[in-house]
Amino acid sequence: MKIHEYQAKDLFSEAGIPVPPGKVAATVAEAVEIAESFGCPVMVKSQVHVGGRGKAGGIQYAENVEAARVWSQKILGMDIKGLKVGKVLITEAVDIVTESYVGIIIDRASKSPVVMVSAAGGIDIEEVAAKTPEKIHKLAVDPTVGLRAYQARNLAAKLYKDIAQIRQAADIILKLYDLFWQVDASLVEINPLVTVPSGQVLALDAKVNIDDNGLFRHGEIAALRDVEAEEPAEVEAREGDLSFVKLSGNIGCIVNGAGLAMATMDLVKHYGGDPANFLDIGGSSNPQKVLTAMRIILSDANVRAVLINIFGGITRCDDVANGIVLAYEELKPEVPIVVRLTGTNEDKARKILKAVNLEFGDTLDEVVKKAIDLSDIDVPAAGRSK
Amino acid sequence: MSILINKKTKVIVQGITGRDGSFHAEQMKKYGTNVVGGVTPGKGGSKVAGIPVFDSMAEAVKKTRANTSVIYVPPGFAIDAIYEAADNGIKLIVCITEGVPANDMMKVYDYLKDKDVRLVGPNCPGIISTDQSKVGIMPGTIVKKGPVGVVSRSGTLTYEAIWALTCAGLGQTTCIGIGGDQIIGTNFIDVLGMFENDKATKAVVMIGEIGGTDEEEAARFIKKRMSKPVVSFIAGRSAPPGKRMGHAGAIISGGTGTAAEKIKALNAVGIPVAASPTEIPGLVEDMMKKAKKPKAAAAKKTRKAAARASGAKKKTKKAGKS
Repeated sequence: MKIHEYQAKDLFSEAGIPVPPGKVAATVAEAVEIAESFGCPVMVKSQVHVGGRGKAGGIQYAENVEAARVWSQKILGMDIKGLKVGKVLITEAVDIVTESYVGIIIDRASKSPVVMVSAAGGIDIEEVAAKTPEKIHKLAVDPTVGLRAYQARNLAAKLYKDIAQIRQAADIILKLYDLFWQVDASLVEINPLVTVPSGQVLALDAKVNIDDNGLFRHGEIAALRDVEAEEPAEVEAREGDLSFVKLSGNIGCIVNGAGLAMATMDLVKHYGGDPANFLDIGGSSNPQKVLTAMRIILSDANVRAVLINIFGGITRCDDVANGIVLAYEELKPEVPIVVRLTGTNEDKARKILKAVNLEFGDTLDEVVKKAIDLSDIDVPAAGRSK
Repeated sequence: MSILINKKTKVIVQGITGRDGSFHAEQMKKYGTNVVGGVTPGKGGSKVAGIPVFDSMAEAVKKTRANTSVIYVPPGFAIDAIYEAADNGIKLIVCITEGVPANDMMKVYDYLKDKDVRLVGPNCPGIISTDQSKVGIMPGTIVKKGPVGVVSRSGTLTYEAIWALTCAGLGQTTCIGIGGDQIIGTNFIDVLGMFENDKATKAVVMIGEIGGTDEEEAARFIKKRMSKPVVSFIAGRSAPPGKRMGHAGAIISGGTGTAAEKIKALNAVGIPVAASPTEIPGLVEDMMKKAKKPKAAAAKKTRKAAARASGAKKKTKKAGKS
């Protein structure tokens, strides 16, 4: 789960990591009021779940209150990489002497948290990582022992020469490491970590991604989710305990298991179709989940055919079949539905599905091709793939 | 022959009284798995499908002498279940549970790494050694005895591939799902090493997906250490970057972990990658035919490689024997 910069900065403040004073605003009036209370200059920063905000024009310097008003007006409602800006963070502007990078990720290869620092921080860190990886210093931390103070100091010494700044940065790195564990983060990042003319080290930006699997034990973090900043169908899917990603095609896919769901999408593409989504109903699927899945997919106006591919293991085909019947009764779908059910309780499922009118197929390739053909059926004959 | 589990494997089901635990305990027993007990704290003394239930792993292991456990408990309790199994002498732990926090898993991995214990999963379908034993949730009806080893990061996609093999008359030695999470106990290269050392396995199917670099590491391992043919399938060719595709581990981030990169790395070392699961059996047959006529020098080289593979991985060797 992604949270906004202002929320991450609240977590930083609670953890004792210094950040410039700031407050979030959802309207221009609020933004102006905050700018007045802080005294200008201020920064006006869009709060969206996407990188490259600065380059997209979503972060602006405001010399006076009038400029803060103008920029807030421009940025609120702005579209950044397809996401609408609903909030801006107003922070006191600071004079920057140096910009560094500090990040902690879960490293799959070493199976441990890896702390990364670079003196070449700022907006081009991805480029630094790609072109001059030697400028990024990494340390895999023993997850049981934790990050030692000397290790943090050595990392900080890659960023600064001045011992007072090294101590400040080491303290920030240690606190960031603790925060990483405390909130079940999958990534914490400060880019840039800056020094100001007084010599102080500050986190100018804050990024915290939470491991979805850890959310169940952090009610307070789960509550930070900004559903308005997400795709509505993805919100509904999550509430129905489904994993769903909206895509731009016209063949709705309902599959059990993430790998098979991806493979089904890939095959739709392979045979010349275009998947409308990724949707995994998961294991132990109850009929209600199938109903929710159908509702989400049928609410997408692009969808011209629905492809249901179930390979039963922990999922029982009869549960899915009951869900399909339920969906038929409640949603009365008008688009063709192509179904393949194989595995656990397959026979029971077939009996249940006799109640409704469906297209069946035995193999994955067969149902994918059938769904592509049926999705074309409204198109004039010349446009059909047959 | 098989890897990891066989007829002698004695299995305890952790979380046996739950919906999934009870259903799959019975399914495993029906398949022929030697399920010797189950554990649910507070339910000791009862029975599920004729299987005795114990209050703790300590008691269950003492009474049954089990060497393997399979975990069906909810994510909040799965970590504790892994520790409990490891601390009570279990040698192979298969964690089916989905949704285990990655941070917990890093600590578990660190705890287990120097012990004589192998963890498979979490978030995996488990293991099936054809006609011998199944530990997990794979449907026993889809497998058939034969020469192919299957290893996969996925669950149902694995069944799809196994079913395609079975329908084409290509049976399997052992099929193993290693799990779709970021931090997992057993990786591709661990399993590939075991298949290399298993006499009955003549070819291996490796099913990967987007995210991470495990497939690339596997490609390097296969080139250096394997004499047996490997065929692959990679899911997620059409996945957009930056989106988690269900599995916690399946995400293209910062331009790495794409299907294209993985396919390129595999092709570069001579491993064919199927475009559809149904293409897998054909590729396996082709590769097995090619492998049947090795030149004398090549055969010698591969024997050496196999010897290196068996010596290189301490855990691999131990687990392969159990």
